[in-house]
Amino acid sequence: MLGIVTHTIARDLRLALRRPADLASVLFFFIIVASLFPLGIGPELELLRQLAPGVLWVGALLATMLSLPRLFADDHRDGTLEQLALSPNPLGLMVLGKVIAHWLVSGLPLALLAPVLGLQFDLAPDALWVLTLSILLGTPALSGIGAIGAGLTLGLRGGGVLLSLLVLPLYIPVLIFGAGAVDATVSGLGPGAHLSLLAALTVGGVAFAPWAAAVALKIALE
Amino acid sequence: MLEAQDLECIRGDRRLFHGVGFRLDAGELLFLQGRNGAGKTSLLRMLCGLSQPESGEIRWKGESIRRLSDDFRADLCYLGHLNAIKEELTPLENLLASARLAGESLSEDDALDALEQVGLLGREDLACRYLSQGQKRRVALARLVKERRPLWILDEPFVALDVNAVAWLAGIIGAHLQRGGLAVLTTHQPVDIPAGCVRQLRLGT
Amino acid sequence: MSKQQIHWFKYSAPSTFYPLAGRLIPWFWGLFAITALAGLWIGFFVAPTDFQQGEGYRIIFVHVGASWMSMFIYLVMAFWAGMGLAFNTRLSGMMAQALAPTGALFAFLSLWTGALWGKPMWGTWWVWDARLTSELILLFLYMGFIALTHAIDDTRRADKAGAILALVGVVNIPIIYFSVKWWNTLHQGASVSLTKAPSMAAIMLWGMLICAIAMWMYTIAVALMRVRSIILERERHTDWVRELLASR
Repeated sequence: MLGIVTHTIARDLRLALRRPADLASVLFFFIIVASLFPLGIGPELELLRQLAPGVLWVGALLATMLSLPRLFADDHRDGTLEQLALSPNPLGLMVLGKVIAHWLVSGLPLALLAPVLGLQFDLAPDALWVLTLSILLGTPALSGIGAIGAGLTLGLRGGGVLLSLLVLPLYIPVLIFGAGAVDATVSGLGPGAHLSLLAALTVGGVAFAPWAAAVALKIALE
Repeated sequence: MLEAQDLECIRGDRRLFHGVGFRLDAGELLFLQGRNGAGKTSLLRMLCGLSQPESGEIRWKGESIRRLSDDFRADLCYLGHLNAIKEELTPLENLLASARLAGESLSEDDALDALEQVGLLGREDLACRYLSQGQKRRVALARLVKERRPLWILDEPFVALDVNAVAWLAGIIGAHLQRGGLAVLTTHQPVDIPAGCVRQLRLGT
Repeated sequence: MSKQQIHWFKYSAPSTFYPLAGRLIPWFWGLFAITALAGLWIGFFVAPTDFQQGEGYRIIFVHVGASWMSMFIYLVMAFWAGMGLAFNTRLSGMMAQALAPTGALFAFLSLWTGALWGKPMWGTWWVWDARLTSELILLFLYMGFIALTHAIDDTRRADKAGAILALVGVVNIPIIYFSVKWWNTLHQGASVSLTKAPSMAAIMLWGMLICAIAMWMYTIAVALMRVRSIILERERHTDWVRELLASR
């Protein structure tokens, strides 16, 4: 059972590493979005420090979303998805593998990049640390919920825009608790409650979303 | 073994076919014929369980394939008109990855042996993106060399192959039938497959 | 023989439902007219002027009902969607699709009337209150459902994909509502609390209830009409629809 998950992760990671440009474009998108905000708002550090949690979290969220359409699209185009659906292994487990692989090449690098961008906003060290932690904890849920949207919009015209329309409202809790954790640290409240709720969302999202996504994929293949 | 009864297929507003039925036993080959758009691929996908017939039933070893689900898929090998190979991976990696995802164990030696049979030895470490259409098709077909699952469903397997490769593939399918396997396939070109019993099914009029 | 039965089972539902819905629609319109008139009459003439809010508060007779309806219709829609997925019935998906625009309309109406109410009350069109924000997100969910089902040409796939989305949405609505509420309590100060409503006169409650019933009747009548046209569109190639159209 676990074997199929690790096989899927290994295959998707190998594919991602053979196409490093995809990974790089997601990271650059995050950097550019985060850098645009100070240009739009002004350079006052006090204001930027206040906006930083929200801005960085929205940036990470949009960057994750940007990479979602490709989650199943390539496999759909070359027929691999049909083979996955016809495998005697449960499709949900393979989707779980793909979700984890997606997180490893989107959420994880975004989390590692976030503190560097946080410096642009003059965040304090403890806030930077919580920012990284909250993105690490929250992005798996984003990948999981995103997989449902990617499955539902697979092969549709205008699928990318539609995907964001479906997925963004469902991302709101993750955004609230993620940015809230950093906010709470900045204001001295302590991020504990936010981070636990974020972890709960991720556990729920990663446990249930792949199965819903698998049903969506089977419908898309019909 | 494989039975289809009264299958009906509707795509959008059009009824592609109805009342389609057949029975296929061990060692038998079913040739599916019909002009373009008659619903050959749709029927093959139904037989795999990828799509549901509007009405009718498909049974494998006497049980509905919907009920069998995973057990049926463990007996099935499907080759669509898409190759299901990754451009970024080498032929060897493709072969090993697809076997693993299908839940089978394939050793590297077996995989290399299969690639040798399809004439791709020496290219096993080249990313598939650099291969020609025919060569990519051969990578996909290399799966069949070590494939021992009883039911093969092949959608246009002979497309983009040269004369030698067609003969080789016909031999592979023949050997599968000899072992008591079943095969359902569509093709536009006349191919001589050494089989004990060949059934024909023509879709549309 | 078995083929006949399967056809009967699959097609009978829409073909028998179509005339049934046709007979029911006038009744629901009638009930809607009566309850709407009664509710508005209470709202405008019977209910006393609020000593704090003046006449402006009377918009709650529409606002509250619309908010209830927008949430309730989503549940009903998800129920039909789930039925469609579980039992593979054709009518369920049609019902879900027929309800979605009305639900979105009520969510929009609720936001619109909320803004109209907020302006004289708090001096601003929009407050990031937990309930208003959740209502906005609910409108997004409706929009997503409608956009998804309209983007898919194959009606069967559209029904099933929409069903999954509706069910995922239903699971998420409490989480979203809770998180927005949490967010709101942490960012107090900027917002005005809506929960501190003054105790309500019984007659006002009655007015709101009757208005909500009127909206129910409207929803049912409109959903039935929409389902009838969806049935006609999807079944236009079946014999019974051809006969129906020929007899007109």
